[in-house]
Amino acid sequence: MATDTRSPVARVRGLGSAKEGVQHWWVQRLTALALVPLSIWFAAGVVALAGASHAEAAAWIGHPLNATLMILTLGLTFHHGQLGVQVIVEDYVHAEGAKLALLILVKLLALALAVAGALAVLRLMIGSAA
Amino acid sequence: MAELRLPENSRVTEGKTFPAPAGAKDVVRFKVYRWDPEGEGNPHLDTFEIDRAECGPMVLDALIKIKNEVDSTLAFRRSCREGICGSCAMNIDGVNTLACTKFIDEVKGDVRIYPLPHMPVVKDLVPDLSQIWAQYASIEPWLKSETPPPERERVQSPEERARLDGLWECILCFCCTTSCPSYWWNGERYLGPAVLLQAYRWIADSRDEATGERLDQLEDPFRLYRCHTIMNCTRTCPKGLNPAKAIAEIKKLMVARR
Repeated sequence: MATDTRSPVARVRGLGSAKEGVQHWWVQRLTALALVPLSIWFAAGVVALAGASHAEAAAWIGHPLNATLMILTLGLTFHHGQLGVQVIVEDYVHAEGAKLALLILVKLLALALAVAGALAVLRLMIGSAA
Repeated sequence: MAELRLPENSRVTEGKTFPAPAGAKDVVRFKVYRWDPEGEGNPHLDTFEIDRAECGPMVLDALIKIKNEVDSTLAFRRSCREGICGSCAMNIDGVNTLACTKFIDEVKGDVRIYPLPHMPVVKDLVPDLSQIWAQYASIEPWLKSETPPPERERVQSPEERARLDGLWECILCFCCTTSCPSYWWNGERYLGPAVLLQAYRWIADSRDEATGERLDQLEDPFRLYRCHTIMNCTRTCPKGLNPAKAIAEIKKLMVARR
């Protein structure tokens, strides 16, 4: 390992303040807040659909109001989730290369899952020949 | 990186036992972390049997008795012996606290004493705190004002002064910072609870004119936002302060100024 001869002050000052972080913190809390009613709605919906046929469940999700809430739930869940996982990765993964690769993977995966979920809901709402 | 096990050469082994003098009636066993940079080998846990009847009530009394009468090579910091200098901060019975204000009788069973966690050890119970002191210096802990100094004191209302209560009492013992898992994992970039409480002490001061610049310096995913409200800081503070609340106040100001 290369010797680090910098003083403690030089090491602590490092590259300076990133001047960001408040946006991440604020959005994490906003999404958490929004997910409280959405999660209750979703859980209630699933319970209400217990024993329903596939067609009944598809029709429930396909209802415009339910589809809207479902897409919101999916989008906010994956957005909130990737913000949280980002913090965990930053906490525990200190190798710069691995950290960057993991962060990119987590963010793209969350985006892909959110888009796939939204498309599935849209398909039930609008209908599809496929 | 998170370390789940101590490195091979840091694992603590069993050390020597110094038995109580013959005729001791009320024996308390002190298990003390020992490491000598000039000696060979791993740190070890020495056992000192002390006659409680011949010793003062505080853990620091026992450490001083050990150094004076049993093993003068034991190294630890102490100065005021009344909880105001912050020198004798160490991990006693699993909790960071001041040896001078911790009663021996509060500990059930053997009294286990280690240096403050996750800091480099200079010797025995003396941790190397140079990183934390550099972090303290980095928040520029002094009053900043561009307005020319007034003829007399800088005026502050009783309400404005009251905002500093719970902040000015901090003695910089760093029990809180060294109890914080987030500081253990990311201490080279996260400022830690003690330094953030000190930063807020100047942010909250009505006489200070550099609030915005102070917030600028703190707005960073690591410097401030590594606080995940674990609350070990508040639980361990030997002065009963609440660093977690001070950090929350800084986060609120970050949102308020957007």
